[in-house]
Amino acid sequence: MEFGPHLVLALIEGAVTAAVLALTASGLSLVFGVMRVVNIAHGEFFMLGAVIAWWVTQSIGGHPGWGFAAAMVAAPLMVGALAVAADLTVLRRLSYDPERTIVATIGLLYIIQQLTLMTYGPEARPVVAPFDARIALPWPERGAEGWQIGWPWGLSTTAWKLAVIGAAAAMVGALWLFMARTRAGLVLRATQADREMATAFGIPVERVYALTFGLGAGLAALAAVLIVPIRQAHYLMGGDPLLLSFVVVIIGGLGSLPGTLLAAVLIGLSDGIISVFFSPTLAKIVATLMVALVLVFRPQGLFGTRAP
Amino acid sequence: MTVKTKATTTRRGAMRALTGGIAAASLPMWARYTHAQSAAPIRIGFQQHRTGIGAAYGRWYGRATEAAVQLINEGGGINGRPVEIVAEDDGTDPKRGAEVVEKFANQHKVDVGFGTLFSHVVIGSAPRAGELKLPYFVVSEGTHVASGMLNRYTLQPGITDVRSQVISMAPFITDTLGKKVTMIFPDYGFGYDHRDALGPAIEAQGGEILERIAIPPTETSFTRYFPRIPRDTEVLYHVMVGPGVLTFVKELGEFFGGQGPELFGFIDSLEAVAIDSPGLEFLEGSHFWEGMCRHAQPDDSEHAAAYRAAVGVDDRGAALSDARDVSTYGHMFGCWETLHVIKAGMEAAGYAGPQDRAALIEAVEAMEDMPESLAHPQGAKRFNGRTHQVFGHQNISRVEGGRLIRVHRTSIEDTLYPDMVDYTAQPF
Repeated sequence: MEFGPHLVLALIEGAVTAAVLALTASGLSLVFGVMRVVNIAHGEFFMLGAVIAWWVTQSIGGHPGWGFAAAMVAAPLMVGALAVAADLTVLRRLSYDPERTIVATIGLLYIIQQLTLMTYGPEARPVVAPFDARIALPWPERGAEGWQIGWPWGLSTTAWKLAVIGAAAAMVGALWLFMARTRAGLVLRATQADREMATAFGIPVERVYALTFGLGAGLAALAAVLIVPIRQAHYLMGGDPLLLSFVVVIIGGLGSLPGTLLAAVLIGLSDGIISVFFSPTLAKIVATLMVALVLVFRPQGLFGTRAP
Repeated sequence: MTVKTKATTTRRGAMRALTGGIAAASLPMWARYTHAQSAAPIRIGFQQHRTGIGAAYGRWYGRATEAAVQLINEGGGINGRPVEIVAEDDGTDPKRGAEVVEKFANQHKVDVGFGTLFSHVVIGSAPRAGELKLPYFVVSEGTHVASGMLNRYTLQPGITDVRSQVISMAPFITDTLGKKVTMIFPDYGFGYDHRDALGPAIEAQGGEILERIAIPPTETSFTRYFPRIPRDTEVLYHVMVGPGVLTFVKELGEFFGGQGPELFGFIDSLEAVAIDSPGLEFLEGSHFWEGMCRHAQPDDSEHAAAYRAAVGVDDRGAALSDARDVSTYGHMFGCWETLHVIKAGMEAAGYAGPQDRAALIEAVEAMEDMPESLAHPQGAKRFNGRTHQVFGHQNISRVEGGRLIRVHRTSIEDTLYPDMVDYTAQPF
């Protein structure tokens, strides 16, 4: 494939990765920022979102769009409710101690994963996209009669991939508005800034924590619902998003939404371009190297602030 | 003066009496044991991919194994003893696989080990089976057994290997589809067997391999690999495994959008996936290798039909109880046939216990032609005792109207190649 079309393809693939990553990682970043909990089970909430999307779309007949719309609502709510329950029954009892919550969320990871294997099964199951037309992209080619518009082999995307990019961007925008413009967002930011002061001002910090954990998990589930028509629902699918989310959150600065966004775009696009032109393994190596460099030279991340 | 012995019961005395009583009461039980070593079940250790990337295969290997054991036990078991399966999960992981083999030999005390599919797990486990002198019957397709890299205790009598599959497919590919081939394969042992076997086989037919694209079996996104497919490719040869296979095939269709080269795939790329899944319409007219045809064919033998019913699969290869639960039909017959080979081997060797393990291996090594029967529903087989590998018929199916229709069935001779090892020369 020629360089130009190849690059366009790499950019589109990278943008899809970046979009989903931004949504997933902002959930992880939010939970860490507000609660100081490193949620190892975040990838499993992502996986649950995809599995619930499969289940909902299966149970609702008619046009695939209806089932998918229902999944967009049901999956984040159900996963969020589960996360709230996990917060109330597990994390709160550990007093949100950083080390103990890591171990607890590792346990949660295995419980969710194995329960899914036992009930949903080991197969990767497809979800039909509401619309999924293949879009061939034109490319100028120099032929015998000068420049012409051609349709190179393989230079294409699908309407759904473009929709995923748009929808994820809209949701991250909505999240930013929620954090910056609403009263609930203010309460979240206040809790993030200083827990004790927030308590002194009458903010029910424990309730805020439970809802934050639910919101973080819901964002992961939402990202999974968007991607599941492209990559099927499978009980092991939570591993990669977890790893990449950590990469993004560390580079962007734990707890910083703009940093998370920038890092997601950076990692997503570099992953797309490097893996198309060189190899996917090299893309992972570069991402990990970036984490190492950030940790050495700017431990608080690109947009993070140093702990007081 | 006389000393009166006290006639009271001491605690110690009571215990002694009690022990004697228990021994007496249980006498009939161990009396039965001594003369009836032969009534104890034959224990077969089943190394199963219950979790990990092979879990979909593991589940169906389990169902085929269950069905075969039920049939064997209904027919009186092996040498009059019932068969018992001891299943252990290996997580589709080579290190765990070797531990499972150890557990079979030392803890479960099984008679033989059986059932491993993924080639890296076989390669990781077989050396341990050899050291523990545990007969190890794999159902893997890898050429690792016949290549000579394993040992005398490892046998593959129930499923054919990649090299024989590939050399028998190559003439069909070059004659009917095209001579310029690009191949996509999983980046581990099983994929390397395809990579190493296809090149010489295609070149022998006057064709050439333009590009070899290796993809890790844990990959979830594939579009980024496809630009490496050269434009002058006439045939795209694809074989993938792992949880991403449906995404792989779907993205292949989106990439080419109805233009593109002819597709020749191994059914591995679609095992446990319904062929009428959304996004797979483009597969219409493409070809697949199948070990055993997933969709019932009009000329299926009565044995094939009986096998299909016994494993609980409908005529589209899905579970009778759930049409969305698609089987790994192209491979799982290997478990059924292997268990019947173990039965035949144990009966020929007069197998009574672990002391007869060497005799069992010699009995299997002595096997040659296995006619098509209920024990071999996929078709007749020919076992090569020197290389511990079985040879059989291969099927090529074409997707027509959402069904896999068999268009070619090779002879056993098409699949043969010169021996690469003589395991019988190795000592036990």
